[in-house]
Amino acid sequence: MLLSIKNLHASINGKEILKGIDLDINQGEVHAIMGPNGTGKSTLASVIAGREVFDVTEGEIFYKNKNLLRLAVEERAREGIFLGFQYPVEIPGVSITNFMRTAVNELRKYKGLDPLSGGAFLKLMEEKKELVELTSNLANRSVNEGFSGGEKKKNEIFQMAMLEPTLAILDETDSGLDIDALRVVANGVNKLRTKENAFLVITHYQRLLDYIIPDFVHVLFEGKIVKSGTKELALELEEKGYDWIRKEQQDNGKAE
Amino acid sequence: MESDPNKIIGEVTQSDYKYGFVTDIETEYAPKGLNEDTVRFISKTKNEPAFMLEFRLKAYRHWLTMKLPTWAHLDIPPIDFQDIYFYAAPKKKKQYESLDQVDPELLATFEKLGISLEEQKKLAGVAVDAVIDSISVKTTFSETLAKYGIIFCSMSEAIQHHPELVKQYLGSVVPYTDNYYASLNSAVFSDGSFCYIPKGVRCPVELSTYFRINAANTGQFERTLIVADEGAYVSYMEGCTAPRRDENQLHAAVVEIVAMKDASVKYSTVQNWYPGDKNGTGGIYNFVTKRGICKGSNSKISWTQVETGSAITWKYPSCILLGDNSVGEFYSVAVTNHHQQADTGTKMMHLGKNTKSTIISKGISAGKSNNSYRGLVRITKNASNSRNYSQCDSLLLGSTCGAHTWPYIQVENKSSIVEHEATTSKISEDQLFYCQQRGMDAESAIGLIVNGYAKEVLKQLPMEFAVEAQKLLSISLEGSVG
Repeated sequence: MLLSIKNLHASINGKEILKGIDLDINQGEVHAIMGPNGTGKSTLASVIAGREVFDVTEGEIFYKNKNLLRLAVEERAREGIFLGFQYPVEIPGVSITNFMRTAVNELRKYKGLDPLSGGAFLKLMEEKKELVELTSNLANRSVNEGFSGGEKKKNEIFQMAMLEPTLAILDETDSGLDIDALRVVANGVNKLRTKENAFLVITHYQRLLDYIIPDFVHVLFEGKIVKSGTKELALELEEKGYDWIRKEQQDNGKAE
Repeated sequence: MESDPNKIIGEVTQSDYKYGFVTDIETEYAPKGLNEDTVRFISKTKNEPAFMLEFRLKAYRHWLTMKLPTWAHLDIPPIDFQDIYFYAAPKKKKQYESLDQVDPELLATFEKLGISLEEQKKLAGVAVDAVIDSISVKTTFSETLAKYGIIFCSMSEAIQHHPELVKQYLGSVVPYTDNYYASLNSAVFSDGSFCYIPKGVRCPVELSTYFRINAANTGQFERTLIVADEGAYVSYMEGCTAPRRDENQLHAAVVEIVAMKDASVKYSTVQNWYPGDKNGTGGIYNFVTKRGICKGSNSKISWTQVETGSAITWKYPSCILLGDNSVGEFYSVAVTNHHQQADTGTKMMHLGKNTKSTIISKGISAGKSNNSYRGLVRITKNASNSRNYSQCDSLLLGSTCGAHTWPYIQVENKSSIVEHEATTSKISEDQLFYCQQRGMDAESAIGLIVNGYAKEVLKQLPMEFAVEAQKLLSISLEGSVG
């Protein structure tokens, strides 16, 4: 088991967002998490990555058989957890090249490897740019500064390719993308899929899942996973809408 | 350029000031304290001509009438000027012909700093006038420079060999009556650098001086004079590291720059004096007067400074734009951490027509430090069609530090334009999280973000300085998170 989440509760400023999440992810799997806005999808991503504004009040997360909640944000990252941000932040004056070189070398240091030389690093960048079809000259620009929505998301996928994570969490990477950008993002993910790594794809819409075929689909609703299934569940959701889930939950509530 | 990554990582992970060591070089002192005899002693020891002694004595007598300035936003402990050695020189052996003859202790000092003369000579193409304590020990590249008619030597040598130039320009930009510390410096300055670029000559190398305070309790009074004659160009670099001390050390330098018609001078500083420890004990007091005059038309003076050191910094590199169409620039990054205090900025005095000035100031404060920008832009009545653009940004790390901006603007004609922008920001939690999610720890994330923030200034630095400056920025902010 790569990631195992048990009865996870998390809150922000005393308000509980996650109300008992259970989720297991194995290597080689792609899981999709769907759900209406405001049900805790991004919170789940942030808590796995270790964002400190969220308090984990109950439950546990094991990753590679380690207690993940004890690790600092950067330790989780170095252990192979990558978060593709929904709203990547701008870092003025810091070029993508410099940013990624720092990140890649931190990771190499953690693994006991020497830092990459300038030449080797640039070569790696070129390879990965090609892999994720990053044709523009993003690398020389400051991190996310003045990027269009599509450029920001492509940049996230590029960074993922550079860091080769074991568990990649993509937080609504498809939001705000036109169909071409969506295809580029999805292709990037598909090329990076291996038997060793796993993906947790968080999305509001089914359309991304036309390109990234998930092994499992989970529906998150009001802080809990209320339904799990295969890719057909996504199609059913698309057809019936989230009102279907909402109604079912209300009916369950009445029945209890 | 030496850039062993392991060495850099090693340096970055040490949070104490790394240049804190004392070399054992025999030192010759003037008696402690300050009076006319001290001034005469210094002048005599240096075998100076009469006009220099006169200059020093006039300065000393004027200094006696002055009061310690208190207008800066600084908390300065009382300084007992009678408890300071005003002059210390490594004991003279003889003139050096090669590096083999230089005191091995001295060479070892440079080795520790990673700036050995030999390396500088061979690798960087930099002529170095190295100042340890108060006397120039070694001047390199003089022969090469001599081919172009460039004079680059210690101030003492200049006084001996080029008295007419010294007499003409010394005190012409910063008069001995200028301010408390400048008057003090004029009375007791020990040594410094002198640079003269003749008409139409473009200096082929970056000129560089490394200053270093070495003897305990010795005030360091450097005096630098740079003259670029008509159509000349020079880029001058000054870098500072000082050994660790528990007692405070006074440093009051004066730098004067003269740019004649069509001349251009670029002056870059990385200042890394010992800032005191985490509790605010020790550290250098740095009270510096730096000023340049664009004397002729179409001349240009550009100051770039990266200030990370000193317990107290009081420094305003300024430009007097006298010549028509002359240009003044000031690019500054000032970092304060722990208990450091900095009050720094610039003065742009527009006297000539169509004069232009640019001020880019980036202040970064952390810990319990205080960081102030103080600037004056004055456009006089005759300076028609002049322009100034000022941008003063402050970045705060944490909530116990202070950032202050005091821009003074005086415009006395209607055809000139002055623009001033100022921002204050904090490193956002979002930026930190983003970097940490990519595997960086908080300190390297802050180093990266801060270097990005200061990029506009850092890119003005000569290449070899830029690398050092970037490392310094990260190192000085260690221990500022958490």
